[in-house]
Amino acid sequence: MVKHLGKLAAFLALGAVLSGCADQQSYARAVYMLVDTSGTYAKELEKAHHVINYLLGTLNPGDSFAVARVKSRSFSEKDILAKVTFAKDPLQANAQKRAFRDQLNKLTHELKGSAYTDITGGVIQAAQFLNETGAGKKTILIFSDMQEELDTKTIRDIPINLTGIRFVAVNVTKLNTDNIDPRRYIGRLDWWEKRVRTAGASDWKVVNDLEHLDRMFGR
Amino acid sequence: MWWMIWPNNVALSVVVWILIAIPLLYAARRPMHSLIRSITRAANGGLRLGARWLHRTAEELRARNKVVLLAHGREETAQTIDREFERVSTIVQRDLQGYPSLQRKLTDEITRIEEDYKKCGEVPPAPPEWTKAVAVIAKMTSSGDGLVEKILQDIADSLEKIYDRVISEYRKSYQGRHKILAGFQPFWRSLNQTMNRVNKNLANLHESATKIDAEMARYEQINKRTDQAEQALTSSAATQFFIALAVLVVAFGGAFVNFWLIARPMSAMVGGGQYIAGGLEASHVAALVIILLEATAGLFLIESLQITHLFPRINNMPDKRRSLVMWSALVILFILAGVEVALAIMRDQIISADLELKRGLGSVEAVTVVQLGWIGKIPVAGQMVLGFILPFALAFVAIPLEYFVYASRTVMGVGLVLSLRALGFALRLVGNVIHNFGNVLVRIYDVIIFIPLLGERLIDSIRGGKTSGREKRGGVASFPGHDAMRKTGG
Repeated sequence: MVKHLGKLAAFLALGAVLSGCADQQSYARAVYMLVDTSGTYAKELEKAHHVINYLLGTLNPGDSFAVARVKSRSFSEKDILAKVTFAKDPLQANAQKRAFRDQLNKLTHELKGSAYTDITGGVIQAAQFLNETGAGKKTILIFSDMQEELDTKTIRDIPINLTGIRFVAVNVTKLNTDNIDPRRYIGRLDWWEKRVRTAGASDWKVVNDLEHLDRMFGR
Repeated sequence: MWWMIWPNNVALSVVVWILIAIPLLYAARRPMHSLIRSITRAANGGLRLGARWLHRTAEELRARNKVVLLAHGREETAQTIDREFERVSTIVQRDLQGYPSLQRKLTDEITRIEEDYKKCGEVPPAPPEWTKAVAVIAKMTSSGDGLVEKILQDIADSLEKIYDRVISEYRKSYQGRHKILAGFQPFWRSLNQTMNRVNKNLANLHESATKIDAEMARYEQINKRTDQAEQALTSSAATQFFIALAVLVVAFGGAFVNFWLIARPMSAMVGGGQYIAGGLEASHVAALVIILLEATAGLFLIESLQITHLFPRINNMPDKRRSLVMWSALVILFILAGVEVALAIMRDQIISADLELKRGLGSVEAVTVVQLGWIGKIPVAGQMVLGFILPFALAFVAIPLEYFVYASRTVMGVGLVLSLRALGFALRLVGNVIHNFGNVLVRIYDVIIFIPLLGERLIDSIRGGKTSGREKRGGVASFPGHDAMRKTGG
């Protein structure tokens, strides 16, 4: 009897050791998508849906996803249109994805264009959200022309912290002025790259070809 | 540069350095020669020692491998002989055990046939004696007497009657004999069948005896520890090794398919996005564990059936306990196969839900879904069948695994011996190269200081007889081939 108990204890000890092997490092992904709703860019919302659908199809159980709008002042939780952390069960995660899609479809139809574009505020809000998720791979996707326009009262000339966050600018459209002088477009992208890299971002990428959205995650 | 005596004049500086160095090198010639030769000899000696050690180790390893190989071969041959004897014993018990009754049956049948044969040989009784009298009367000539003719006519009638009766009796007798002969047929057939059976049994026995003879000859060869037996066993082990390896690769392919069948639905059980040490997804690890458990249960099942002998303790268990292990392994396999079937259904559900979601996300337009009916169920049925069969198929991995384990010991041993020998040869080669390189260095040294050496030879030739004494002190002639070099002006 004692011998059998000893064996049982050995099995339990082995189980305890194995359970201790659980990796503390998080391999989950968190994606925060900022959608520019200002001015002429509001017309690009259909394309934003395409990107969101792609992300819903790509993200795995356990990953987090949030979609927020960029408007005149974007540093607010109220600007998050929808957010979700998918369940570990794939069937449940599928149901959550469907609900998320329906919620966004409903909300985006009610969106109104804004006068100004506060990208920095949205980025700071995104960084806060992503850091809270504790995900291993954090990505900010910004669906915008990257032309920041602030009102006089809004202060955004402040240092931001994007340590360990990947930054991907999607569908960065050219403005009329960019067509006149392409250096403005290139300069605008260079300025943002410099800014996010200075802020500690682990990667900077521009993806304008919506047929190859897999490039967003470096594949 | 620090070494330039005349700055901006490299050539002059070099010439001056040469002029300074040559007398010094000439003065240090003998110790330098000794130094070079000592270094190369030390290196060569060390390498030769290493080579000898490697060769000796290779020989020891080969001897040990031979012992193991022969022991394993002896065991296998003994098992084969045992099996053949068992087969012979079975034949003897099954077929020849009933040989006395068979013989009795044969004797009975033969006796009956003999009796019948004798009956066939019995001739009908000879005609009665009065027939001779009748024959005499028959010879009598007709005298025209009516009475006599009547008597003769009566006799003739009587004879005809008797003749008819006798003929009838003969016919009956022959009919009886034919019946007896016809009655032989089943006995002959039975005899023939019995003899065929006996012949077949004896042929089987003969075959087994031939096999036993061959195995015994092999066993004797192994016992005598002949090189021929060793080579045959090594060759056999190498063949088994590659065959077992090929089967294991195929089994690995099956396990891989099985893994991908259950890895995805496993995420529904253990949770997707969970990771274990090293970035391994928990669902993948769980699937792998299930497959390994199946393989282990299969291993124990085959072992407890005494098909393999990987675990002597299981083989040495009492039959009752071994049977318990077998049933336990079988039950575990059934449960795991059931789990796999459930996972196959779950996988189908997950994939369907995923497809539905992606269809919904892909486009706004309604996509016509073709209703396939029962055909649409074929993939999930296939997955279920695969899920149920693969664990049992995986169980048979134990057989090639056993061969692989035993054969790899021999193959790896042979490989190691060859490697050690090759390394020993390489060390010996490098030692020889270093030794010869030392000789080359000594000659290069002498080439550098050839001017003072020429002077020395000139002085020696002037002094005449004193030259030989100098050579004996370890001078120029102490190196083989140096005289020839000197003669050719080298």
